[in-house]
Formats: sequence, structure tokens, C-alpha cells
Amino acid sequence: MTGQEVAFLILAIIGGLGGLLVVTSRNIVHAALYLVVALASVAGIYLLLAAPFVAFVQVIIYVGAIVVLLLFGIMLTRAPVGRRVLDNTVRARLGALVVGGGVFAMLTTFLVMAFGGDRIVNRAATATAALGTSIFRNFVLPFEAVSVLLLAALVGAIVLARRD
Amino acid sequence: MRLLYPLVFAAFLFSAGVYGVLARRNAVMVLMSIELMLNAVNINLIAFNAFLQDKVLAGQVFALFVVAVAAAEVGIGLAIVLLIFRNRETVNIDEVDLLRW
Repeated sequence: MTGQEVAFLILAIIGGLGGLLVVTSRNIVHAALYLVVALASVAGIYLLLAAPFVAFVQVIIYVGAIVVLLLFGIMLTRAPVGRRVLDNTVRARLGALVVGGGVFAMLTTFLVMAFGGDRIVNRAATATAALGTSIFRNFVLPFEAVSVLLLAALVGAIVLARRD
Repeated sequence: MRLLYPLVFAAFLFSAGVYGVLARRNAVMVLMSIELMLNAVNINLIAFNAFLQDKVLAGQVFALFVVAVAAAEVGIGLAIVLLIFRNRETVNIDEVDLLRW
């Protein structure tokens, strides 16, 4: 096992546990904080996959902004604590377990069948300059569309949430 | 590194997100589970970008787009959740059934 694989394994275990605790935690604030753990380890995996800019964007936007936004949502809706109020009935949870487990089993089987022997060849980390060149040369139109989407979302959120 | 490792990890996060969306009653928890699923997709994009050695870095660019769309989605989603809470004093998605026939 190479050092890269060991680091990946550690990050995957931490991130997987964090993800599991997000969906099973009884306390909604704890769930939001476990989401930070899961998202931060995903950022570490981006670093291992030679994508440092995306990793830092992940830390800034997800861990920095989205989780804080979710915490604001939790506080403003005065979310109660406890399994009874946060989770569905036992029957619905069993169904969810079957669907989630089925999705995981199906995806894993297909992935092993399709990419069982493929390896990622390591190379130097992507330079941010190269990423910027790609965005503004090859993907200008989608980039502008995302800008308009963000503006529309901003205006929409203000219109929805303000009191009048 | 095997390509399979990040892909299976992403599949696991995605399945956890699917479970969370179906098993939770609280709307904010459902939004959190959706974030997990979006992250799983992003891991796939980055892993395939590294695997295919893409010259135009399409995988990383689209991962950035997905992050931006996720931010917009959470903003709008929380605004809607706040509005529902203000009008109905609850954010449990099984009690919000105005549109159910």
C-alpha cells in the first residue's frame, strides 16, 4: 500500500463515519457538525486526487458557508431534538435502509464490474492558472449561466424570506 | 491509487444521502442529506478527471459548478423552509401536505 492509499483510507473512514452520523444522529446540531467532518474529509480526498483548488473551494463554500447557513436554518426553525421528531416511522426508516443499501450494493457491483482494474496515474497537482484558463476559455457560457443562477437564487431567497 | 477507491467511497456517501432523504422528517436534515449526495457526485467528477488526465479539466470545472449550484439550492431551500415554518409552525415534511389530493 502506498502512502497515498493509506491517507485515502484514513480520510474515507473518517468521512464515511461522518456521513453515517449525519443521517443517523439524534441531535440536529450534532448532525450539522458531523456534516463538517464529512465535507472536510471530502476536501482532503480532492487534495489526494490532485485538485487543490477544488479542495479549498470545498472548504470555503461548503464548510464555511453552507454549513453555517444550515445552522442558521436550524436555529431559526427552533428544531427540536430527539429521534421521534427528527426521523420518520420505523417502517419508513426500514424502507429507506433497503433503498439506501440497495443503491450502494448496485453501484458498487457495477463500479467493480466496470472499473475493477483501472488505476489513477499520479501527476502534478492541477495549477489554479490552468483551471482558470479552462473556465474562461472552454466553459465561459456555463460559467455565465451559473452566475445568473446565483443572482436569481439570491433575489429569490430575499423575496421568499423577508417579512412584509 | 485504484480508481475504484474514490468511486466506492462516493457510492457510500451517496447511499447515506439517499437514506437520509428518505428517513428524516425534518426539512433541514433532508437538505443536509442532499448536500452529501452532491458531494458524492463531485468526488466522481474529480476522480474521473484525474483518471482520464483531461486536458481541459472538465471534471474539476464541473465540480466547481456543482458547488455553486449547491450553494444556490441551499439558499433557496432554507428560504422556503423558513417560510413554511413561519406559516405553519412546523418543518416536518410529512405535515406539510397542502398539495396532497
